[in-house]
Amino acid sequence: MDVPILKQGYFLIATVQSALTDSDLLQLRSALVQRVVRCRSRGVIVDVTSLDVMDSFASRTLRDIAQMVRLRGAKMVIVGIQPEVAFAMVQLGLKLENVTTALDLEEGLVHLNQEFSSTDKRL
Amino acid sequence: MAPTNSNPGNTQIEEEYSGSLRQVKPTSLLLGELVAHLRQHRTQLREEWARRITEAQLLTAMTKQEIFAETTSVYDNYVEALETGTLEAIQAYARNLSERIIPRGVETHEVVGIVLLLRDVLARSLFAKYQSDFDMLSRILDSYEPAANRIANTVAVGFVQERERIIREQQEAIRELSTPVLQVRERLLILPIIGVIDPQRARQLTEQLLRGIRTNRAKVVVIDITGVAAIDASVANHLVQTVEASRLLGATVIVTGLSPEIAQTIVNIGVDLGKMNTVGDLQGGIEQAERLLGYRVLPLAEAS
Repeated sequence: MDVPILKQGYFLIATVQSALTDSDLLQLRSALVQRVVRCRSRGVIVDVTSLDVMDSFASRTLRDIAQMVRLRGAKMVIVGIQPEVAFAMVQLGLKLENVTTALDLEEGLVHLNQEFSSTDKRL
Repeated sequence: MAPTNSNPGNTQIEEEYSGSLRQVKPTSLLLGELVAHLRQHRTQLREEWARRITEAQLLTAMTKQEIFAETTSVYDNYVEALETGTLEAIQAYARNLSERIIPRGVETHEVVGIVLLLRDVLARSLFAKYQSDFDMLSRILDSYEPAANRIANTVAVGFVQERERIIREQQEAIRELSTPVLQVRERLLILPIIGVIDPQRARQLTEQLLRGIRTNRAKVVVIDITGVAAIDASVANHLVQTVEASRLLGATVIVTGLSPEIAQTIVNIGVDLGKMNTVGDLQGGIEQAERLLGYRVLPLAEAS
């Protein structure tokens, strides 16, 4: 199932609606990385609130997306990881190093706005 | 009296068995006779039982009157269970009794002891009644013993189960109490940990903290472990995992009050300390958390 990617000002918001297969994840990766530059986005938020499982492929792909997005000139925040999922992930050693995380969409937006308000007065 | 039992197999056995007997009674009638006997001598047997309990120094936590009242109802329930063969009533009574006497410090051996005493008192009275007729006695015992054993079993099991239930409840209560997650400012939680952390408690602590982060929308959490003397490697690992899981929820964790022993453990297990945000004491931790949240605390005079 495709993940819808919405443009909201300078940010892109991708909300994961249901469990993702490996190919869905790869599709999300290429779509996001393309859209970042095409939409001239400064930040990307991936909302995983509805995921109740996060396997190693998913977390590695998310980490890769974050790094690719950074190379394409934007910042990425993953939001909405459930408490149970978070603990299961660290037990499996999936720590999403160097990736910013936030509690929910609102927090993610606040974080990105803070990031850019210091450098960019337009936001 | 001829056997009234219509089951042919049974009758045959009884006939073989009773070759020299004058009378053959089916088990149910024997039990009826037994119960009638026990009812008839109720007062005397009950007193004998209460005397034996006092003699054996059981139920010392209870007064004489209480023992008398309890023995009366236990006796009646016991005879009723013998008569009907159903254990529900005595089971319920045993639970109820356990609930009342466990808080007063009555031990398992006492409860089992008094039931076995009653069994003994009743068996003796049967011996006395049928001593002239050994065959009858043995048949009476045949029907009495299994029922009595079942009752003793039920009461003991009921008591132990009740005890375990109470212990479980108390453990639960202690655990709930021992891991409070407190909000000290908007978006700032503290989690003071006191006492020994075992793996089970560590897991519960993590669950409560992660849930607390979400419900309070916390940005910063201060975990204070001043009250923890030592932890083992698995718990230290768990603590580190908790810190990482909190980060995945978007919260920063500050650990305060690490004792020298715990610091040693953490260094020994080789945790990457770069990711652990630690401050010496709780005050320092809260101050740092306030800085992270953008608060500045000033004395009133300076602020105005």
